[in-house]
Amino acid sequence: MSEVVMPQMGESIAEGTIVRWIKKVGDRVDRDEPLFEISTDKVDAEIPSPAAGVLVEIRAKEGETVPVNSVVAVIGEAGAQVATSAPAPAAVPAPAAPQAVAASPAPASAAVPAPAMAPAPAEAAPAAAAANCRQKSSPLVRKIAKEHSVDLALIPGSGLGGRVTKDDILGYLDKGGRTAAPAVAPAAPAQPAAHAPAFKPGDRVEVVQMSVMRRKIAEHMIMSRRTSAHVHSVFEVDYSRVAKIRAAKKADYERQGLKLTYMSFLMKATVDALKAVPIINSSLDGDAIVYKKDINLGIAVALDWGLLVPVIKHAEEKNLLGLSRAIQDLAARARAKQLKPDEVQGGTFTITNPGVFGALFGMPIISQPQVAIMGVGHIEQRVAVVDDAIAIRTKGYLSLGYDHRLIDGAIADQFMSHVKKTIENFDADAV
Amino acid sequence: MPRRLDVRRLGVISYGEGLDLQQALVAQRVADQIDDVLLLLQHPHVLTLGVKAGESRQHVLATPARLAELGVEVCETGRGGDVTYHGPGQVVGYPIISLKPDRCDVHQYVRDLEECMIRVAADYGFTAGRIQGMTGAWVGAEKIGAIGVRIQRWVTSHGFAFNVNTDLDFFRLIVPCGISDLGVTSLRRLTGREIPMPDVEDRFVDAFCGVFDRELR
Repeated sequence: MSEVVMPQMGESIAEGTIVRWIKKVGDRVDRDEPLFEISTDKVDAEIPSPAAGVLVEIRAKEGETVPVNSVVAVIGEAGAQVATSAPAPAAVPAPAAPQAVAASPAPASAAVPAPAMAPAPAEAAPAAAAANCRQKSSPLVRKIAKEHSVDLALIPGSGLGGRVTKDDILGYLDKGGRTAAPAVAPAAPAQPAAHAPAFKPGDRVEVVQMSVMRRKIAEHMIMSRRTSAHVHSVFEVDYSRVAKIRAAKKADYERQGLKLTYMSFLMKATVDALKAVPIINSSLDGDAIVYKKDINLGIAVALDWGLLVPVIKHAEEKNLLGLSRAIQDLAARARAKQLKPDEVQGGTFTITNPGVFGALFGMPIISQPQVAIMGVGHIEQRVAVVDDAIAIRTKGYLSLGYDHRLIDGAIADQFMSHVKKTIENFDADAV
Repeated sequence: MPRRLDVRRLGVISYGEGLDLQQALVAQRVADQIDDVLLLLQHPHVLTLGVKAGESRQHVLATPARLAELGVEVCETGRGGDVTYHGPGQVVGYPIISLKPDRCDVHQYVRDLEECMIRVAADYGFTAGRIQGMTGAWVGAEKIGAIGVRIQRWVTSHGFAFNVNTDLDFFRLIVPCGISDLGVTSLRRLTGREIPMPDVEDRFVDAFCGVFDRELR
């Protein structure tokens, strides 16, 4: 069984469009025989088959644009049946849970970055080869599997090393997962066993197939909800001091070709708070807490065609100027579709910005395998009580979505208080 | 050590002939039976559609009857890019080269073709440049050179088209490359005089060898 992926035709190329399938499902194909054609800015390229066999499944249709390295087809042994969705390839690093995004229209309220370039783990049935690379699941998980006669190799694992966690197996059983070896399963991820049809014959509807990206976002959203015990905390922050510092230092920054925004200050305050409350910068692996030493800050960027979350690696090493520079560069390249795959992967904490669309605050969904996400609400002048008098201040809400399996309210609020305090007492000299 | 380049000047050949020749050369190059080749030629009046032919066709503004009247052929191709026009007075270059081992980046290849056209324009005293998001060579806001490429096993075909003495009125038959806001230009329009085609071809050979580090056989 071989997976066919969208090749990377150049360093700065993050996606490709399928122009034409030269072979159809069921056709025999030889290794290196032309299999499909892709296009990317003025270039049409013929892509050869990586293996000999039968084209058993096409995942990306003609006209679809998919990220580099995503699986577009599967080649099976001659005489193979159409397989279940692909195995998580052994090459994909530890948490099978995806993090990064590629272009896809996302609703403004969806604060979660869409899944990684690698196949989403919500797809079923990793092959035996991939399963061998996984570490053993916990005794409890194996017990549950035994009770329900489930083959653990069939369940995508969101734990470290692709391990099947308790939530994975319970989620799988919820969805009416097979308790015997699957025969031919549909190429699309398993639908819940019974689901009400979205329309009846005769209804006036237009049915449009989801793009690959949209599907991956959908899968990640629901998987994240199933994985984390989502709780949200909302704080109000007074940005008046930061507003003044911003006004004073804007010109200096502009001279260096940089923009000084509220996000600049928030990024710095967030990094400081993550250093002070490191459990917010961690991941869960079964019942182990994995503290991440690097702070890789993901910042959601809204684009014409969707939502991208470029990641500032080693944010803990950068000052406000460095963070501003990093996000400006990443955002510009995100708009120009020039981000490299590793620039949208590996985040340890995410900041999203529902306020930019006017929302007072959002209740964002955590990007797995992180344990928290911060939403920045709309910043505006508000009436406030200062020293028993009515005053006008620049204010905005900050919300923290966090995983209550690991983070209790007290810790979450400690973190948020730290952010709030830093913003409200920002040191102008550090700008 | 620069790799060898075989330059073949073909004069005026039909688009179809050009396609057949390119495919034959690509097969030979993939099999390593020949060195890298640069074809330099001109085509009779023809509109060519890129791989997404359906979209390209929408950018043809003239009716088939009008095109027949003018003697303009319409061809589908296997190259990337939208619709474009080729005709006498335009240098068309089809590099059939292997991008292996160290040039396997299609965007870089496109930038390198742009670079060749920019250098040739500079030879005639004009600063051509790129416009981000709009592949090609531009002098100000007018396009002097277009690019459309096909890649098979990292061997290139199709390539570039550079306006020397092209009759630019023919571009009114299309929305060139799907870009409706900007115009086209040529060396003749820029200099006010007719430029001999062989001279321009020579300069393309130099530029190509320089940018791609090839040397003439």
